[in-house]
Amino acid sequence: MSAALLVRALRDPESLPLDCDWTSLISAARAEALIGTLAHRLQDLPLPERVAGLFAMHRADAERTRVQALWDAEMARRALAPLGVPVVLLKGTAFLAAGLEAGQGRSIGDLDILVPKDALTEVEQALIGAGWERLKPADGYDDFYYREWMHELPPLIHRERDRMIDVHHTILPPTARPKPDAAALLADSLVLPNGLRMLSPEDVIVHAAAHLIADGDMAGGLRNLWDIDRLLREFAQAEGLWGRLAERAVHHGLDKAVRRSVRLAHRLYGTPVPKDWRGTGDGLFVRRLLSRDGWGRRTRKATGFGFYVRGHLMRMPPLMLARHLLKKARA
Amino acid sequence: MRHEVRLRVGPVTFRVGSAWRGPVRALRRLYEGYPEAGDVADYTVRLEPAKPWRRWLRPSVRIEGDYVLPDAAPLPLAHGLVAAEMAMNLQMALGERRFLLLHAASVEKDGRALIITGESGAGKSTLSAMLGERGWRFMGDEFALLDPDSGMLHPFPRPISLKNEAIAAMEAEVAPERFGPVMENTPKGRIRHMRPRAEALARMSEQARPAMVLFPRFGFAREVRPVGPAEAFMRLTQASTNYVAMAARGFDALTGLVQTCPGVAIDYPDAATAFELIETLWAEAGR
Repeated sequence: MSAALLVRALRDPESLPLDCDWTSLISAARAEALIGTLAHRLQDLPLPERVAGLFAMHRADAERTRVQALWDAEMARRALAPLGVPVVLLKGTAFLAAGLEAGQGRSIGDLDILVPKDALTEVEQALIGAGWERLKPADGYDDFYYREWMHELPPLIHRERDRMIDVHHTILPPTARPKPDAAALLADSLVLPNGLRMLSPEDVIVHAAAHLIADGDMAGGLRNLWDIDRLLREFAQAEGLWGRLAERAVHHGLDKAVRRSVRLAHRLYGTPVPKDWRGTGDGLFVRRLLSRDGWGRRTRKATGFGFYVRGHLMRMPPLMLARHLLKKARA
Repeated sequence: MRHEVRLRVGPVTFRVGSAWRGPVRALRRLYEGYPEAGDVADYTVRLEPAKPWRRWLRPSVRIEGDYVLPDAAPLPLAHGLVAAEMAMNLQMALGERRFLLLHAASVEKDGRALIITGESGAGKSTLSAMLGERGWRFMGDEFALLDPDSGMLHPFPRPISLKNEAIAAMEAEVAPERFGPVMENTPKGRIRHMRPRAEALARMSEQARPAMVLFPRFGFAREVRPVGPAEAFMRLTQASTNYVAMAARGFDALTGLVQTCPGVAIDYPDAATAFELIETLWAEAGR
């Protein structure tokens, strides 16, 4: 299992033999969007020449990704500054802006921001005024779906930079059972040096856990779990993190997701966690996370399908889901 | 995967996995005489059934790998070689960052390289294949790899993908054992691959300094026009698959290239005219 090799390489780089199956490791890391992270982790180890060359390429690419992501965030800041609403960076871009270790070599897809729900319309207008465009037709079902049932606006794409922005008003779809306290997310956010904001340390972890466990089919899970490992290690250096995290997770209704994420990070990446955060019962999740072979293919199709169904059911009650799938099938 | 072959083309190594024996066997035959690929592959590609039953029933090949386009259409198994080639191209186009990739053919003489760029149908493959048989070293017919640190061009001499009329023209000049199978009705019409000369393979690690950028156009009356650095720069940004992704390094590499290399656009009605034009321009530039 190459996902297992990837986890071992990230967790304990020194344990890799020089003659390990590099090609499989690299394919698995690319498939999991962890190649830049891996290239950073293995930077100071003796490596076969070709591997060293590839990793140097991926580190350079991650650096370009970083510059581009921060520039994109700055462009959004300038577009939204006149509104005077708090703009909170989420996920990878936040890690980069805050200089967190979780940002090292990380791949970045879209720019994710969180704004107050009652400011959504003016935020969307301001972004459109600054060169972002709608990706979906404004009167289509997809557009309706986003506005009615999602925790974010339909994605906007910048016409010159070709980069997407996801504007969130909370961190889970309103149709999902847990109802995170969006106002508290905003109220406790911290100001970053660039004038944008990020979630408080506890909320960053709650969000990462919600993203990993309670949203979707866990595709890309190893990367999201790596985020959690790095965040926990870094934030746990401050006194009292675990208590605040436990409290915050309960407050947002995400206690189970956070606890499971912490257990998984401990189990797979060896994250140091207090005794009362450990436990068992995550076998299926581990199975799903490790379902990647040395060719970069997903394995364990049945587990994958199970998580696909689970992902949909968590996002919507069954009847609503049935209506949604019917609409999508007809389109 | 059930079947596997490792390939090396210039500085890049590939691992190709296939659900069928056919494409791997065809690749082995076509890449006979290429150097050993070594233990580590830069890129992995997979030739997989588009749907599970498509392994046997009207077998069709889906292109997969480290880097993929979500909407790449599957190909019939009979075009497995084309699928493998497209998959390898895709890894380069989407993943490669060590070199600035120009969608261009290249040939070398006296240590200096001629870059031939243009849209599909401009004659990149045909001209580079022909020059490769007539005193030039063939360096590649698809991608020219520009090293951003040194400004040197790396060969990428994969088998030449000859299309339609160019096939018969090369068959008249080249020994039959250097050709792959004829594939009819591919997305680009009839295709037949041709292995470069043994010398081009033996020297595939040998870089060359770019000396001229040629912008050919096929199907027009003979015409020659100089292309200034600004126009050459703009046209090459369009011809590069990773110019944007290479950011400042790509910009520096490309401005360096157009400032040191003259650009020439030629129109040509047939291969003989192109050959004569290229030889003349090359001789003049060398003076």
